[in-house]
Amino acid sequence: MAAVQETIDQVRQIDVDQYKYGFETAIEVEKAPKGLSEEIVRFISAKKQEPEWMLEWRLDAYRRWLTMEEPTWARVDYPKIDFNDIYYYAAPKSASGPKSLDEVDPELLKTYEKLGIPLKEQEILAGVEKPRVAVDAVFDSVSVVTTFKKELAKAGVIFMSISEAVREHPELVKKYLGSVVPVTDNYYATLNSAVFTDGSFVFVPKGVRCPMELSTYFRINEKNTGQFERTLIIAEEGAYVSYLEGCTAPQRDENQLHAAVVELVALDDAEIKYSTVQNWFPGDKQGKGGIYNFVTKRGDCRGDRSKISWTQVETGSAITWKYPSCILRGDDSRGEFYSIAVSNGHQQVDSGTKMIHLGKNTSSRIISKGIAAGVSQNTYRGQVSAHRKATNARNFTQCDSLLIGDRCGAHTVPYIEAKNSSAQFEHEATTSKISEDQLFYCLQRGIPEEAAIALIVNGFVKEVIQELPMEFAVEAQKLIGISLEGSVG
Amino acid sequence: MLEIKNLHARIAEDGTEIIRGLNLTVKAGEVAAIMGPNGSGKSTLSYILSGREDYEVTEGDILYNGESILELDPAERAARGIFLAFQYPVEIPGVATMQFLKVAMNEQRKARGEAELTTPDFMRRVKEAAAELKINPDMLKRPLNVGFSGGEKKRAEILQMALLEPKLCVLDETDSGLDIDALKIVADGVNALKSPDRATIVITHYQRLLDYIVPDTVHVLYKGQIIRTGDKDLALELEANGYADIIGQAA
Repeated sequence: MAAVQETIDQVRQIDVDQYKYGFETAIEVEKAPKGLSEEIVRFISAKKQEPEWMLEWRLDAYRRWLTMEEPTWARVDYPKIDFNDIYYYAAPKSASGPKSLDEVDPELLKTYEKLGIPLKEQEILAGVEKPRVAVDAVFDSVSVVTTFKKELAKAGVIFMSISEAVREHPELVKKYLGSVVPVTDNYYATLNSAVFTDGSFVFVPKGVRCPMELSTYFRINEKNTGQFERTLIIAEEGAYVSYLEGCTAPQRDENQLHAAVVELVALDDAEIKYSTVQNWFPGDKQGKGGIYNFVTKRGDCRGDRSKISWTQVETGSAITWKYPSCILRGDDSRGEFYSIAVSNGHQQVDSGTKMIHLGKNTSSRIISKGIAAGVSQNTYRGQVSAHRKATNARNFTQCDSLLIGDRCGAHTVPYIEAKNSSAQFEHEATTSKISEDQLFYCLQRGIPEEAAIALIVNGFVKEVIQELPMEFAVEAQKLIGISLEGSVG
Repeated sequence: MLEIKNLHARIAEDGTEIIRGLNLTVKAGEVAAIMGPNGSGKSTLSYILSGREDYEVTEGDILYNGESILELDPAERAARGIFLAFQYPVEIPGVATMQFLKVAMNEQRKARGEAELTTPDFMRRVKEAAAELKINPDMLKRPLNVGFSGGEKKRAEILQMALLEPKLCVLDETDSGLDIDALKIVADGVNALKSPDRATIVITHYQRLLDYIVPDTVHVLYKGQIIRTGDKDLALELEANGYADIIGQAA
């Protein structure tokens, strides 16, 4: 993804706070009326040409949501959200559904070009050295295009927007949707179940190793619009898939809501690797604007010897509230969570994971690197639990926090629970500051302060960066550097 | 090349004056040794030359190639060719030595308006310089100074010095913590860098290092001032009689 690099370099020139993807695409859109009601749920479902069972599912979620309370336990602080002041559906007029690239509005293509996301298969194919990555591009509430569908289909892999999947593969969607994150799981997941608009659907059949990286690129463009992404990934027995999502949004004064639900299902011997590079608009220097990123991500290691690995690089959003988790149901299954969470300015991050050990001989590993700068607050919150039948459960957790400056905060909140005596859990935590000595040493070698901080921070997060697919690792490193610009002095 | 004039400097935090009217001139091609008892201000001098913010210059000036460098930050001074080999090299976890070298070299080149090194060119330079200093290539893959032995740390400092090609090298107690074999390797490395357009300041407590890096001039620093200047024999005199005599004479 050299194009991403180019974008980063280009936008580096622009001096609008630190955020580099703050531009807006001028495009005609079709929106649902503001606010939330049964009518709106019906409107969304109709727009998506959904079958009746899907509409009922949504309405059921909506009715349950009405009875629920917004959670307040996270270490984040924000004014109450008026859920009736949000648009729940916005779609570029030209893109009523995924279609061939020739039919996509050129403005949209330009947007993704600007973001460095390759959508033209020919161009990607032309580049010999470039890794091939299939992309599903989601713009506000709809998927604009999904690349390499045909080629993937040859291998038996289904990669399409969730809206399409509801229509084309209802049996799979019915079987798996909500099976990892139940409709009533939590306030935002229930809201998402009622109004989700688009996201990706991946199905990798038995014994298939997905021939390329899959990725979804989420972009929120419209003002006052919530994005309710729904992603469902299923890896059948012995299948393997690596999936990456990226997120950006324009720079706006108002806060915007992103409440996603991601469900992963791994059957016997299957492996899913899910990577996120989240760079939603974080708000400006004064803390105005930015995305509220309230996300439920959960993987179910349903089969024996299955493996789910989450890797996340979180640099954006005004508020992040997210705990990609693994339910280790199958015997000998394994869960991993590698996280880098960078907070600067007024950002608030409350993120971590849950590793729920249910099966025998299950193991999990958590490596979390939090970096706090500016006046931000960065919390790691994680739960590791072993069921009484989860004999020989193993967990290793390492939480490291790095503070830059003296007005930010780092917090570690681990919950550890073992209900059988054979479980072995280890937890290590450190908090450190970039020392004056380290900075001076770098300066003396001719490395200017910001480059020095980027270098030291990249050293700090190296263990996690190594877990990212190679082509994204370099970009992630640069992104972290950019996110911390202006963090000292 | 370097002219320090009536320099007064103090610790910024508490105002303690450390350097009290120091005068020193070092010419291009010269190796100058600065010796002195503990607490005389030797390390402070090296920090002030390289621009560490913890110290404040209250009076006097430091001219480098005829221009005052007091307003320059440490990175700017480095790009102009001032290099400090640290007494206690700092650990940078997670950053491979090789990566650090590349960033440092390219940042300096950038500051001087030169093109970045190509990877093959960079690799060739590092390989050659490392071989000279008997540095095992595996060491270059390890995070800088993390878990390095005393000898490895000092060799890594000299490796950086060789690659950055500074004009003014300041070696702060480079001999501390080295056994005699490591000391020889380090001294050979420093001697190999001697050139008519490069000056070296060797700060040391003991004469031992000066057997291997032979100075042109020797200066005795005491209570923030140069109290005596001589040639290499002055170092031998100090070794034989200690600092007490000279200090006594100066008082």
